[in-house]
Amino acid sequence: MEFLDYEMMRVIWWTLLGVLLIGFALTDGFDLGTAALLPFVAKTDAERRMVINSVGPTWEGNQVWFILGGGAIFAAWPFVYAVSFSGFYLAMFLVLAALILRPVGFKYRSKRPDPAWRTRWDWALFVGGIVPALVFGVAVGNVLSGAPFRLDSDLRSFFEGGLFDLFTTFTLVAGLLSVAMLVLHGSAWLAIKAEHGPVRDRAQRFGAIAAVASVALFAVGWAFMAWGGYGFRIVGVVDGLAASNPLRTASEAAPGAWLDNYDRHHWMMIAPLIGFVGPVLALVGIVTRKEWAAFAGSSLAATGIIATVGLSMFPFILPSSIDAHSSLTVWNASSSHRTLQIMLFVTIVFLPIVLAYTAWVYRVLWGRVTTAQATTHPDFY
Amino acid sequence: MDAGVVDLSRLQFALTALYHFLFVPLTLGLSFMLVIMESIYVMTGREIWRQVTRFWGKIFGINFVLGVATGLTMEFQFGTNWSYFSHYAGDIFGAPLAIEGLMAFFLEATFVGLMFFGWDRLSKLGHLFVTFLVALGTNLSALWILIANGWMQNPVGATFNPDTMRMEVSDFGAVLFNPVAQAKFVHTVSAGYVAASVVVLGVSAFYLLKGRWIEFARRSMVVAAAFGLASSLSVVVLGDESGYALTDNQKMKLAAIEAAWHTQESPAGLTLLGMPDTVARTTRYSVEVPWVLGLIATRSVDKEVTGMSELVLKAQERIASGVKAYAAVEVLKTDPSNVAARAQFEAHKRDLGYALLLKRQLADPRAATPQQIEAAAWDTVPSVPLMFWSFRAMAVIGFLMIALFATAFVVASRRKHLTTRWFLRLCVIAIPLPWVAIELGWVVAEMGRQPWAIEGVLPTFLAASSLTRSALWTTIIGFTALYGTLAVIEIRLILAAIKHGPVEDQEPTPEPGRIVALPLAA
Repeated sequence: MEFLDYEMMRVIWWTLLGVLLIGFALTDGFDLGTAALLPFVAKTDAERRMVINSVGPTWEGNQVWFILGGGAIFAAWPFVYAVSFSGFYLAMFLVLAALILRPVGFKYRSKRPDPAWRTRWDWALFVGGIVPALVFGVAVGNVLSGAPFRLDSDLRSFFEGGLFDLFTTFTLVAGLLSVAMLVLHGSAWLAIKAEHGPVRDRAQRFGAIAAVASVALFAVGWAFMAWGGYGFRIVGVVDGLAASNPLRTASEAAPGAWLDNYDRHHWMMIAPLIGFVGPVLALVGIVTRKEWAAFAGSSLAATGIIATVGLSMFPFILPSSIDAHSSLTVWNASSSHRTLQIMLFVTIVFLPIVLAYTAWVYRVLWGRVTTAQATTHPDFY
Repeated sequence: MDAGVVDLSRLQFALTALYHFLFVPLTLGLSFMLVIMESIYVMTGREIWRQVTRFWGKIFGINFVLGVATGLTMEFQFGTNWSYFSHYAGDIFGAPLAIEGLMAFFLEATFVGLMFFGWDRLSKLGHLFVTFLVALGTNLSALWILIANGWMQNPVGATFNPDTMRMEVSDFGAVLFNPVAQAKFVHTVSAGYVAASVVVLGVSAFYLLKGRWIEFARRSMVVAAAFGLASSLSVVVLGDESGYALTDNQKMKLAAIEAAWHTQESPAGLTLLGMPDTVARTTRYSVEVPWVLGLIATRSVDKEVTGMSELVLKAQERIASGVKAYAAVEVLKTDPSNVAARAQFEAHKRDLGYALLLKRQLADPRAATPQQIEAAAWDTVPSVPLMFWSFRAMAVIGFLMIALFATAFVVASRRKHLTTRWFLRLCVIAIPLPWVAIELGWVVAEMGRQPWAIEGVLPTFLAASSLTRSALWTTIIGFTALYGTLAVIEIRLILAAIKHGPVEDQEPTPEPGRIVALPLAA
């Protein structure tokens, strides 16, 4: 058996999917959190411009993690792309509409001096930050719960459920956790990037609340996931080399099964552990005014929480709650072996280049943004 | 499939794609014009060229954000609204989209911030390099998107796998070097360069007419005239037609554009004007120019241009063959190891997509009557009047653009820019024309591919997601309202920036004190 056989390649692409989601949360996550905090941490126009410019030059590159995530799911997990985005149709529309407000909000807000105009864009930016953060979390909650879809013999998917069926207690907990985690990350970013003063102080206060909320919501979410009747299990023999066809595999609901992987591989407990330690570290960083510790903490929080979802569900990616032969797993929902190989090669070549120039751009733009700079510099938003 | 859902999905895709492509051409073209302007600044060190670069950079920025914002919709719309297409083609089609993100959009989006914010933080040469990387990123982005679109027009390098019920890649190199994609790329980016040149030309002419910013406007005009002339020649000469001889559908597209109902003897004449009659399947009052079509379409004098009737007969044969492939796939669904079915599938798999055309009329293509097969074959003809007129309007604008830039080139190089006021007025009026041509170009490309989502592989009516009409109406109304509002805002901001001119005084921002946090409804 060669090392990079189809099974191995699928596991690599499952890992890369996680890397992309974490990359998105770590970079664009603080843009979303900052935008969600904007009306509350910044009260005057100068303060708001400072907050906007703290992410102004870099948020656009960060957002590409989201776009790349979409493209990579399409290329590597076409079943997941097809079933999830059409199934969560109106939720996806909400996310897109909110995200569309962001680029225009950043760019257009300060183009006119009219305070009413600016306030409207501030709220648009708030929506552009909070709505995606909430809906992403709710969507993850639904993935963990299993989604009501089935595939027919042509592998066309049918989704049974509307927008409001997506909201249950568990999925709302997941949504709020996502908001808390990203608001924490945004406040940690502001503490690094904003000048010393009231904005930074307010951001730190919101950060402290978000850190506590993250720990609490993660604990509640974990309890739900473990003992709330959630979980799925594969029925029959697993063939990691089989052609991608969910109809030829079977799964069943198995309450509590999302803990099975931790029983089998104790080392996996490191993910939820990081998910709990991260926000605590962030809180310590906030209280002791160690900005980088806070940022490291919020980064660890996002990494640990997202990794926990992935590891709990492995090998499931999107279980079906209504059909035994429709659940999408690592073993039945990927692209062909050849496409996974091509895409891995492209990723190995280009991802390091992307990371290198992104780091360089951040270095060039290094330094705190001040209210004075944000209001007088002709290039600032 | 609910036909209403399919139609609404197509309407939404058309609206969002055509709207997205209002902003893309300016991004493609203006980014390279910024590179040219900034290069002159770096080489000469003259402040006026910095002013030129920064002013057009400001216009670029206002336009760029809407391109990015509306591009988000496009990246996810295949999944939301065309989920069966996504399943059917994801193994091939997803790759160029992912590579676009990784190789092109990251480059463009990461450096665009530095381009706007990095003037004081970079050396002159360093900033020019950043501007160049943005231009490179935007144009590479177009390359990958057009590789994806080119594959839908000419799906090379892939075969249907009955085990996974989808197309899978067999030759990725063929997907990359798809001649249809290459032709599309050159044609599309050239069109973007023309659009940007027309904007720079028109706005400069406006300043000259008003007698404002004359030194600024004259220099901008020189760049626009030169870049625009080269681009408008490229967009017409390197047109999309070079790929039209390749496949049956591409031939059908050409025949529909020409309203060529029957094959003509070579070299075919070009129908300049006429009235296509879709009922009688003939073109009335046609005015023909001998030889020209044969030369354009086949690049030869001895190859014939196939007519629609003959292509329909061919489609009929392929449908009959495709039904055999379909029957074999139905057997393989339940019995993957059936050797006879596998052999029958292999013999007819090329035509599987043609059998799917029958699904518009009946659920099981195996039960199709000869009449139904004939009707399905006629479905392969796109809307002839739409193709005929869209193409002609686009082509006329193309030639007008060459004339415009050639004149501008003469005017600018003979320094008559202040005296030829009639021409300056023409330049201002011409600003919307490239957009009309570009949108019509997409109409020709995409409507001409109908009834296929993927040519010869998957009909459009099977490609849509299983959604409800009410969900689609919600998003269509939502996108229309959102996009409409943003379009009004963007146009106002661009007009305000043009009115303000290329000066950089700090606008007076009275510190308003505490802003009252208004509720959302405000």
